[in-house]
Amino acid sequence: MNEVVVEARGVEKNFGDLNVLKGIDLTIRKGDVTCIIGPSGSGKSTFLRCINQLETLDGGYIIVEGQPVGVKIRKGHVEALSNAEAARSRENIGMVFQSFNLFPHMTVLENICEAPIRVKKENRAVVRERAFALLERVGLSSKADVYPAALSGGQQQRVAIARALAMEPRLMLFDEPTSALDPELVGEVLDVMRGLADAGMTMIVVTHEIGFAREVSDHLIFMDDGCVVEQGDPRTVLRSPQHERTKQFLAKVL
Amino acid sequence: MTDTASALGAESVSDDGIDRALLRGRPRQHHGLLWLTAGIVLFATFLIGYSLVTNPRFEWGVVFGWFSSERLFTGLLRTLSLTAISMVVGIVVGVLLALGRLAPNFIIAAVAAFLVWIFRGVPVFVQLLFWGFIAAIYPRIAVGIPFGPEFFSVDANVLITPFLAAILGLGLNEGAYMSEIVRAGLLSVNRGQTEAAKALGMRRFTILWRIVLPQAMKIIIPPTGNQTISMLKTTSLVSVLAFPELLYSAQLVYSANFKTIPLLIAASLWYLLVTSVLSLGQFYIERHYNRGSGKPLKVRSFPRFSTSLRPRAAKREVQP
Ligand SMILES: Nc1ncnc2c1ncn2[C@@H]1O[C@H](COP(=O)(O)OP(=O)(O)O)[C@@H](O)[C@H]1O
Ligand SMILES: [Mg+2]
Repeated sequence: MNEVVVEARGVEKNFGDLNVLKGIDLTIRKGDVTCIIGPSGSGKSTFLRCINQLETLDGGYIIVEGQPVGVKIRKGHVEALSNAEAARSRENIGMVFQSFNLFPHMTVLENICEAPIRVKKENRAVVRERAFALLERVGLSSKADVYPAALSGGQQQRVAIARALAMEPRLMLFDEPTSALDPELVGEVLDVMRGLADAGMTMIVVTHEIGFAREVSDHLIFMDDGCVVEQGDPRTVLRSPQHERTKQFLAKVL
Repeated sequence: MTDTASALGAESVSDDGIDRALLRGRPRQHHGLLWLTAGIVLFATFLIGYSLVTNPRFEWGVVFGWFSSERLFTGLLRTLSLTAISMVVGIVVGVLLALGRLAPNFIIAAVAAFLVWIFRGVPVFVQLLFWGFIAAIYPRIAVGIPFGPEFFSVDANVLITPFLAAILGLGLNEGAYMSEIVRAGLLSVNRGQTEAAKALGMRRFTILWRIVLPQAMKIIIPPTGNQTISMLKTTSLVSVLAFPELLYSAQLVYSANFKTIPLLIAASLWYLLVTSVLSLGQFYIERHYNRGSGKPLKVRSFPRFSTSLRPRAAKREVQP
């Protein structure tokens, strides 16, 4: 078995009185594609954001590549990370958002090059070359000097994927990457993600694309009401779900 | 065949008596009211112009003589540097106050809000007087450890010159207004932008400087241009500190030669000229910060009027 990349144990998150995550246990191994499905409001995004420290945990822990998320252990005490330390630990985790969130005042090329140059202080020419290679990989070589506003949703999302990959992350998080797209544009984004999975990237994908989950993922997780209700091999879970809530959900989306 | 026949039939006058071919042309506009108002305005303009030229009390010779004089020009240069420096101070203070008010630390936020309250609430004229009379409150200004030894001290009257008093008064007041503008700009940037930048590992300062501020500029720049233009005129209040900027230079001249109106006109012409130049500059800066939004800014030059003059030509195009 491959080494563990993400180990989550008893992860809890509250927004005020609202228990959004009620103890999530999850293990993700190197090279695995894990799809998370579940009804809206079940805490899928929140869990993904916890992995990336966009939210702080209220209970439990997450370890990513041997580093506890959001905290460090010093002299037998757990301490919160400083802002700079938190930023540093995000460098190795790429994230793709439902709403793309490209930087509108920068061209496609600038969007991709910004973080490697500013954060990793890499050589401009090297980064540029990598950016062009990534643009080719997502099929947008001709759009390097275009501003995001001039791109379709599918193209923007592919740029967003290239932008995340430019940091050479070891883990990629996708939060409903195709949910904001017109149906005819979904395929082009899923194709890029499939290519990434084939290349061995470790990926956690929150999605409503059951077909993608069935064909591409190694591991399927069904979340409901802040809990992991059921998980396992995607084909097995999708064909013969064990829990009533999974059955109900699948009956609605399939 | 039947298709084309019915299509052709639809073009000609059909049963309902509506001429389809005519409908394809642009409708004729009615401009009667437009021409009437234009006529009235033109006549009024003529009357005003006539009185400007024929009323000898305007003394245009004197106006233009002083307009191009070195004394007013020196005053103008002082006005320009006061405007520029006060705006720079105002923008820096404004950004700091805006960041302070948005800070998660509530003590910092409260202090920033308090300073905005003071500098915005007290009339700028009064603030200028306070800075001018600062020596009456603190005769000596010292650097040292509070309640401990003092390293050096200077006479407040020497340190706070009229120029510095003007910069402090104008700059801090401007900072309070700018902080509201900057704050609105920062808040206008989608949260997703900060999150995407964070997810890429960017540090807080990088996110602010590279991602949030440039986008906030679109909101910040237009009102800042207005503030600059308004600052240009507000500097005339500084005449109360006996600092010879444009207005006070003019006042010094007319208090000696009693050509009050011509000198006020000469100064006004300079204010108008610089305001026009600043407005033009603002247009180009706005266009620069609007890039990437997909909507190029255009000069608005009577768009309605120019298209409404064309219907007749458009109608001719319809003829086969
Ligand atoms: N920042 C927040 N403040 C308050 N409530 C939130 C916040 N973010 C998410 N929630 C709530 O947490 C619950 C789970 O949200 P989310 O993780 O986005 O669900 P999902 O992605 O599965 O649709 C929802 O009820 C949502 O309203
Ligand atoms: Mg979600």
